[in-house]
Amino acid sequence: MASAEPYSAPSLLPPRRRRRGRRSSLRSWRLRDQAVFVLAWTVGIGLFAVVAALVGFFAVRGAQYLRPDLLVTHPAPSVSQAGSGGFLDAIEGTVLLGVIGLLIAAPIGVTTAVWVVEYGRPRWLSRIVESTVEMIAGTPDIVLAIFGLALFELGVFAPLSYSEPGGAFGRSFLTAGAMMSLVALPSVYVATRNGLVATPRQLREASYALGKTRIATIRRVVLPGIRRDIATGSTLGLGRIIGDTAIVILVLGATLRIDTQSSTPLLGLLRGTGSTLTSYIYGNSPAGEGGAPQKASAAAALLLLIIIGLNWGVGRIGRIGGPPLHEPKRRLGA
Amino acid sequence: MSARERLANARSGKLRPAARQSSENVALPIDNLELTADLMSVTPEKADSTTQVAGTAAHGRERLRLDDVSVFYGNTPAVKNVSLSISHGEVLALIGPSGCGKTTLLRTLNRLTELTPNASHSGQILLDGDEIDELVDTDLRSRISMVFQQPNPFPMSIFDNVGFALREQSRRRPRRPELEPLVNQALQRAGLYEEVRGDLGRSALRLSGGQQQRLCIARAIAQKPEILLMDEPCSALDPRSTAVIEDLIGQLSKDLTIVIVTHNLQQARRIADRVAFMYLGDLVEIGETEQIFTAPREQQTREYIAGVFG
Amino acid sequence: MLDRVRRPWSDHSAERLLGAVACLLAVGIILMIVFIVRGAWPTFSHEGLSWLGSGGSPDSQLGAMAYTSSKPPPSAFVVHAWPLIYGTILTAGFAVLFALAISLAASIFIVDFAPPLVRRTMKPIIRLLAAVPGVLYGLVGILVLVPLINKYLVTESEQQSVANVIQLTGGGLGITIVLVTLMITPIMTALITDALESVPRAWREGAIALGLNPLRATLAVSLRAIRPAIIAATGLAAARAIGEAIVVSMVSGGNSFAPNPADGKIFFFEPVETLGSEIVRVAEDLGAPAVHSTLYAFAALLLFSSFALSLSAYLVKLPLRRYQVSS
Repeated sequence: MASAEPYSAPSLLPPRRRRRGRRSSLRSWRLRDQAVFVLAWTVGIGLFAVVAALVGFFAVRGAQYLRPDLLVTHPAPSVSQAGSGGFLDAIEGTVLLGVIGLLIAAPIGVTTAVWVVEYGRPRWLSRIVESTVEMIAGTPDIVLAIFGLALFELGVFAPLSYSEPGGAFGRSFLTAGAMMSLVALPSVYVATRNGLVATPRQLREASYALGKTRIATIRRVVLPGIRRDIATGSTLGLGRIIGDTAIVILVLGATLRIDTQSSTPLLGLLRGTGSTLTSYIYGNSPAGEGGAPQKASAAAALLLLIIIGLNWGVGRIGRIGGPPLHEPKRRLGA
Repeated sequence: MSARERLANARSGKLRPAARQSSENVALPIDNLELTADLMSVTPEKADSTTQVAGTAAHGRERLRLDDVSVFYGNTPAVKNVSLSISHGEVLALIGPSGCGKTTLLRTLNRLTELTPNASHSGQILLDGDEIDELVDTDLRSRISMVFQQPNPFPMSIFDNVGFALREQSRRRPRRPELEPLVNQALQRAGLYEEVRGDLGRSALRLSGGQQQRLCIARAIAQKPEILLMDEPCSALDPRSTAVIEDLIGQLSKDLTIVIVTHNLQQARRIADRVAFMYLGDLVEIGETEQIFTAPREQQTREYIAGVFG
Repeated sequence: MLDRVRRPWSDHSAERLLGAVACLLAVGIILMIVFIVRGAWPTFSHEGLSWLGSGGSPDSQLGAMAYTSSKPPPSAFVVHAWPLIYGTILTAGFAVLFALAISLAASIFIVDFAPPLVRRTMKPIIRLLAAVPGVLYGLVGILVLVPLINKYLVTESEQQSVANVIQLTGGGLGITIVLVTLMITPIMTALITDALESVPRAWREGAIALGLNPLRATLAVSLRAIRPAIIAATGLAAARAIGEAIVVSMVSGGNSFAPNPADGKIFFFEPVETLGSEIVRVAEDLGAPAVHSTLYAFAALLLFSSFALSLSAYLVKLPLRRYQVSS
């Protein structure tokens, strides 16, 4: 107790057992409300069950088939599951696409959000940009994949991708990564925008009052304050890149092993083709041609682990460092 | 039990039972008017006010009674051992500096504190002799209605706002023609009818702040509550709207018991029959308005009213 | 004048630069439309809009195209995509309907009923479900659910009854709908829960203070207030549902058959193919010009539909910002 209190009153304690006042009984509710009540509980419990089943399934399969050596061996073409090697290349491909995608998506997403929130003039243009992001977010990945093919088939981009004598094919890590950036962009944009909108105006005004320009204020005061939002958005975007299958299958091709295009170390890799965990799973499932469901399950367990890890990371990011600049308002929607 | 309280009980015994209104019962306010008339004929108004004991009724039958009520958020008491009683047809103003527990006390009366997960209260609150925790929450709240600090009209038409409680509370959804007279009547009582009657379908969010607050009052009285709680209803309004609402409170108190929290001492003086001064969760003093403002018994009250703190 | 002097040049140019980057996105979208339509042009020019109609099986039509020459005659472009469009509408429509009901109930559960502890666990779970890659659902579907359906839900006689038209393998419309529903439900739940939680507390409190029970208060005030957000979430989810390709291609039965509701129970076990899943299935033949153009036409159709859905979702929820409800 504060010692400044003039006198210490006999301490007043809350009732030991909190009284629960009488509530209106479910039976007095409208029939429709009763139905909604039951449905809500069912669905709530049902969602728990679905997650438990999903995680449980892959935990069991992972424990059965996921061996450490799978992570470090290259896949090999083989009819038998035992001889088909591991998925090192797929892991590398996943990482590579994630890096390329984020390297493109993060700067563009942040810049766009800053422009829309901080400047946003003329107004019609910012509306257009905003709705553009919405449209990108709603565009099916399969359509993005087709767009990627169409774009990089052009002769201009031929050096970027796997080429055949008959003309550029548009398949490479670079082209797939470019399309992946569109998958991640909305997450980065939305998180940054929400952070910017939530930044208190006094903070900016304090900076203006010190004679800083607008752009300096944004760079030195506002953006550092929303680092966490940007990190959250990027992590969510990374999750979406890692989980995407259609773009990989169409734009990266169906080769399981990484196939470099020239001896130049980095460029050859970027121009080359390969696989990711998702395409590895797809290819080895009965839907693809691989026919190695055990390997697919093992890779799926790993993928789910990564996604859970990223998700956990998103939750952690919000708590790194000191108190947040703005009231942390965790949204569910990305 | 004090002599005064016994007297009050004896008097209330002579009266006909209060027109208790459940959610289905939509009696006309005439009932309440008659009731007031009854009261007046039986109880000579403000007889021997000098013998008033703190916390007893000045007007008539006791409606709400608080015995040793404390309210806690977690382990922190926000209201400490408050006892008072509120009688039919009076306007009681709760005054005090910010954070003194006025609003918490008000929200405890219709169990709205239950929405705060860690809030709890001890002591007894009786509505017409019934412990409010024993009453069904929805019934209690339709008997003790509330108007908030910020006007909070729902994002729907004026008509739907006023008819809201009548429509949503009953098990069967009443039709528009059934609601119409009740809605119009509530709007009339809230003094808003003349301004909006042409266009009840207009969105309530388009009204001015003062109109919105009167709409909220209309919405709160449409289901004919017995007690109206008002939490600084004018603090978000301009002086002109405030004056309109103060007039309205005077009108409504003819057939409603009103408990109003206010920050504005002059307002309390203008509209209240009795005033309760709270400080740091304690009920410091309660008494007739004139007495509190001209001859407060407690040092703290005197200082607060004189503007020494607050 | 003073204003001009005090405002440093760099601020002005920074605005221009940022604006230019932002506009890059709009340019990108336009490029996307141009390129996809350009790729689809042969189909549009040879087939007009008749390729949207019905007649024959898209599978066999596309199969025939794979063998056409590099300079195909107009006759090589013949395709009637109706079974695919019908399949897309069927799966997405059912999935969106189910997902809407489930996500509304789930949001109400999270916001109204769930005890604090459950609520705190529900949210990460929804977030996780939204992040689970579709291919994992597909894998569970193809490894576990499809064999189960084949074993327990489809009888021998039912398989026989349609044996000369299609094969009932367990994969088909029903399981596709279930998995697509699972995929879009978390997103919808997340969006609706966000909106529900950002409804001004004063509204809900006001309704409860008028004597409504908490659920009624939610249904009568909160849900009503966030109607635009619900419509927007539905639009976005529908855009995802029509474009979902991988999961569908894994469990849909691999045959561009148009399931017939008149078949009764078998309806849900009949194979189906959507525009997206057909693209995935035929993608390896992209080298053939006719296939190329046809798949681009499918993509164009998906693109325009998803644009229409997400754009209307955006426009519907714009007014919500007026009263600070999250969008």
